[in-house]
Amino acid sequence: MNTVYNALADIVGEDYASAQIEELVTYSKDLGTSKPKLPDYVVVPANTEELQQIIRFANREKVPIVPLGGGMSLAGIAQPLRGGILIDMKRMDRIIEVNEKSRYTVVEAGTSHGKLSAYLKKHHPDLMHSMPDAPPAATVGGNIAIHGQGDLAHPHGFNSDMINGLEVILPTGEICKFGSCSVGSGWFTQHPLPDMSFFLGWGGATGIITKVSLRLFPCKKIREMDMFLVEDPELIPDVLYDLTHVGMAEDLAAFSGAIPPFSNKLHHISIFVSGDSEDEIEFKRRLMYDERLAKYIENGTGGIVATAQDIERPKTSKSADWKKGGGFEYVGSIMPVTAYAECYRRGVEISERHDIPYTVVGRVIGSSHAMMFAWSYAFNRADPATVQHAKEALHETDDLVLGLGGTIWKPAVYGQQIVMEHMEPNTLQLMNNLKNMLDPNGIMNPGNWEVA
Amino acid sequence: MFELSFDENQCFACSDYDCLTKCQYMDINVDTAKAEMGKIINQEESFVLRDCVTCYACEEYCPNDNHPFYLIVQRQEELDLAPLPEPLIKRGVQLGIPFRGEPEIPQIEGSALNLGVFSQLGSLTQGKLFEGLTIMSPDSRKMFHFFCQLMYLHYARTSVINEKLPGVIKTITDHGADEVIHYHDECYGTYASYAPAFGIDVPFKSVHLFEFLYNRLLELKDDIRPLNYKVAYQRPCSSRLSSDKYPFVEKIFDLIGVKSVEREYVGENALCCGATIAGQKKKGSRRFCLDLQEKNMADMQNAGAELCVFNCPACMQTLGKPVSKKGIMPIFMSDLCRLAIGEKTT
Amino acid sequence: MTAKIEYKYDDMIHRCFRCGYCKFPTDWSTITNCPTYARYRLESFSAGGRLWLIRAWVMGEMEWTDRLAKIVYSCTNCKNCEEKCPISFSDNLVNMVVAARNAMVDQGSIPSPVKDFLNNVHLHGNPYGLSAKKRDQWIEDSNIAPYTNQEYLFYVGCEGSYDTRAQTAARALANLLLKAGVSFGVLGNQEISDGNEVEMLGEEGLLEELAEKNIRQFKELGVKKIITFSPHSYNVFQNSYPKYGGDFEVFHYTQILPELMQAGKLEAPADLNMKVTYHDPCFLGRWNKQYDMPRKLLKSLNGVELTEMERNKKSALCCGGGGGNFYTDFLGGSEDSPARIRVREAHDTGANVLAVACPNCLTMLEDAVKVEGLEEKLAVRDIAEILNGTVTT
Repeated sequence: MNTVYNALADIVGEDYASAQIEELVTYSKDLGTSKPKLPDYVVVPANTEELQQIIRFANREKVPIVPLGGGMSLAGIAQPLRGGILIDMKRMDRIIEVNEKSRYTVVEAGTSHGKLSAYLKKHHPDLMHSMPDAPPAATVGGNIAIHGQGDLAHPHGFNSDMINGLEVILPTGEICKFGSCSVGSGWFTQHPLPDMSFFLGWGGATGIITKVSLRLFPCKKIREMDMFLVEDPELIPDVLYDLTHVGMAEDLAAFSGAIPPFSNKLHHISIFVSGDSEDEIEFKRRLMYDERLAKYIENGTGGIVATAQDIERPKTSKSADWKKGGGFEYVGSIMPVTAYAECYRRGVEISERHDIPYTVVGRVIGSSHAMMFAWSYAFNRADPATVQHAKEALHETDDLVLGLGGTIWKPAVYGQQIVMEHMEPNTLQLMNNLKNMLDPNGIMNPGNWEVA
Repeated sequence: MFELSFDENQCFACSDYDCLTKCQYMDINVDTAKAEMGKIINQEESFVLRDCVTCYACEEYCPNDNHPFYLIVQRQEELDLAPLPEPLIKRGVQLGIPFRGEPEIPQIEGSALNLGVFSQLGSLTQGKLFEGLTIMSPDSRKMFHFFCQLMYLHYARTSVINEKLPGVIKTITDHGADEVIHYHDECYGTYASYAPAFGIDVPFKSVHLFEFLYNRLLELKDDIRPLNYKVAYQRPCSSRLSSDKYPFVEKIFDLIGVKSVEREYVGENALCCGATIAGQKKKGSRRFCLDLQEKNMADMQNAGAELCVFNCPACMQTLGKPVSKKGIMPIFMSDLCRLAIGEKTT
Repeated sequence: MTAKIEYKYDDMIHRCFRCGYCKFPTDWSTITNCPTYARYRLESFSAGGRLWLIRAWVMGEMEWTDRLAKIVYSCTNCKNCEEKCPISFSDNLVNMVVAARNAMVDQGSIPSPVKDFLNNVHLHGNPYGLSAKKRDQWIEDSNIAPYTNQEYLFYVGCEGSYDTRAQTAARALANLLLKAGVSFGVLGNQEISDGNEVEMLGEEGLLEELAEKNIRQFKELGVKKIITFSPHSYNVFQNSYPKYGGDFEVFHYTQILPELMQAGKLEAPADLNMKVTYHDPCFLGRWNKQYDMPRKLLKSLNGVELTEMERNKKSALCCGGGGGNFYTDFLGGSEDSPARIRVREAHDTGANVLAVACPNCLTMLEDAVKVEGLEEKLAVRDIAEILNGTVTT
């Protein structure tokens, strides 16, 4: 064994540091179509102190480091592009505090969404967080780092809009806190302190998030799912505008897919409704369907498929297994809601060309301020031809996102390049300066957001 | 291709127009009924075509078996007056498309129990009652090959039924069973009522589930212990297509020692579960459906029902949770019969 | 690239998505419900990570190494992953691991502790390598008769026969059966391993040999019904022996005792005073779907207050002893060893007795109690010992 391994083993203990091929191969692989990229070492720190020592060492020795949460981005963001030390954050998963009256929780960044969700359900049933659709192994830190969205995206926005504070370790090893926690008050607000949000949307290229203060929201006793349906995709932005105007729903998502047949060339909108009583929920439904959406129903262009369905949390992605192949990857974009129809049409066209059953979804963010629109391409991991098709479809889709008026969500290197090509030069310059200032030795997930 | 055997002279000669005057959802007197029926026969628009909630009851009300409901549905399609919004109709039609491969067609000796699109209910078909029967459509991935299609009566799509049904009939026939017992009442209605009405040939013999259960219970008479429950029966819309089998409900109840509560909405006056009404185009349909369900359940409650006995899985899916919230236990008829012979159900 | 390996589940090994559901219990409350992942916290030791490594090996992308074998053999076959996996191949996850072990056995490349385990079973009829002649030494009471066509064969198993702690529990169970007047006999030193762990470890040939020997012996003796001490024996007799021609009526003892108590043939001890928490054994629980009977038994005892650990029934955390790990010990040596986590959980409920229904769990959890320094606070007892009144805390 060599000095790097010894140094890591000294910090975390032999059990939690590895340079063995079995770990390197396992951690080299992303769940999507990206080719494997091997790290040289894998390390699993227990707490901020151990992590800080690792980062200081890496900075001194100029060894690249790559932080990994749940590994659910499907975009290959946590694959080491230049080797180095892969840092698995999932042992750092303590739930440190839940403040009921101010409705927030402070957790270590490696806490899984599943664990947080179970904890709140058991100990604070009146509170919930915005749970992403990713499997429960997705981490709080990783999800906000990619600006994820969850089941409170409507009405409350991105999960990264729900942060009251962060603790971060800089590439040079300093621990920084942002928000009211930085002046010794509780972790209840990020504003009005000077903005220092250089750590979200950066693919881990500017520092490692170690603690997150996440806003919690009222959790009502009853939560159900309704389903509305239109055939004409041009109607989707209108219906969503109507529903967000009423403001009685949670989590609005429009979806369409070639399989199963019932969803083909039709557009379902799933609508979450919650309330502390049946009366509250019925009131909300009356406003949404009997008043606002009645026009679609009565002229026959839209209809209620079902109401009061059970919600399965966390959701399982059956589309991963459409080709009995264990794989799918998607292009996520942040789009104006008005782009839905065109996004759908292009998605159908690209999918058909690549012999993939099309799957698209648009999830409302905020009050229809934007939507996360995703084109999902399934592949069979055992059949390289389908992997290649999916890859091509993904690249084609990446290429068209900006042309459709949006921007790529959680881009990997390919998508980052496209975004940077389109970026306003002064902004790009500032990004570059910031990155160099924070990471002078270029160790933080190098290869990401690198200005040419 | 297939034509509805409808004799307009019978309607012209009719004096009561029970089909429309007895309708529980539209307020129609004899004169209006006569006029509207005339329009319908003549393929002219009538408010009846617009306001019909598709509860099937008029099939039962007509004393001449002249199929007023099938005619209404056909006209709805011809005149583009479907009760449901177009996207829901498309969805319904696409829902029935099988997409997971061809079914296995084992040769069945003796009697088959056809689950139709309710393969998941296979777990209900255990125990002595169903001993010796071979399950048809056990695989939920292939179940749409066994879909009787009659759901499309709610969608103004007799054309879809007539297009798909012959293929389904062939799939069932190919099993070679002596007789086919249909778990779902609507399947029975398809093969015993709809198909003959449209001249679609059905080579196999169909048995109504309740007739089968009753006869089987007679064979197992010694095992029956009276259950002594007070029950309400949720009569499904499809039961109107086999009203000659309706008496088996009471016969079974008598045999197993449960008592039907005295309620208002029973027999001819039964209320449908409302599943397809909630999404209809007519203004206020969503609320109307909820009120209808409340009315139905209040009726059960006021009459003192302890159990609500279901025939149809779709009714169960719609009303099962709501009735249990009212303190009435939902149970399938077949499960009730299993309880009566001392078997545990899930 | 090395050559492709012949592998039974070629058609589905690629379908794992590495979504990670397999790490969790049913309520998502912790990410460490896979016992090997709990111990190592490396993705390579999670259920999904293991499958991806197996695929890499089978496809010739990776060479066999000792560490790879250790990863494959560390799985305790607890089936937590199968409970949670959302993909339709979920009921083959453990089969896929066992199939990888079959392939390693065929190649002759397995870790040495596993080799020892299998050799010992082959030569001595038990994994410990102890003399076959001494297998009857657990019997102290001469009223425990040899099997000569009584109603039941009481099959004790290797742990009950040789491990001193498990022997105590086996004697307690035998004593209960005697007290209840059950007609039973034992095989004594004619008994050999049932083969459950051998099957799990991938040695199909040895399993077949054991199964055939056992079936022949049982049939010659006229055995129709078997009561097993261990759920592992129950599992292999019930689920694997039929394909070798073994068609016996098999019971785990927790299925027999309630009937005896209901019929008044067995009296519960009168002066119990304990707070008990019950640990579901994987081979009774997740493998054979039996969660309620042991709880009913315990609840029916006067003076017993039953409390549940947070992770129970389908979500129970495996004690870490399955897959031969009680012998090979791939999961020991850390405060994150599953047995240690489990006893801490049991202690957190406030219980002073941790009840088990499996000698594997018994030995693993009792050792963990000692290492955790909880001997004064938590007693690990087999249900048979509780019923026999032989609990001293």
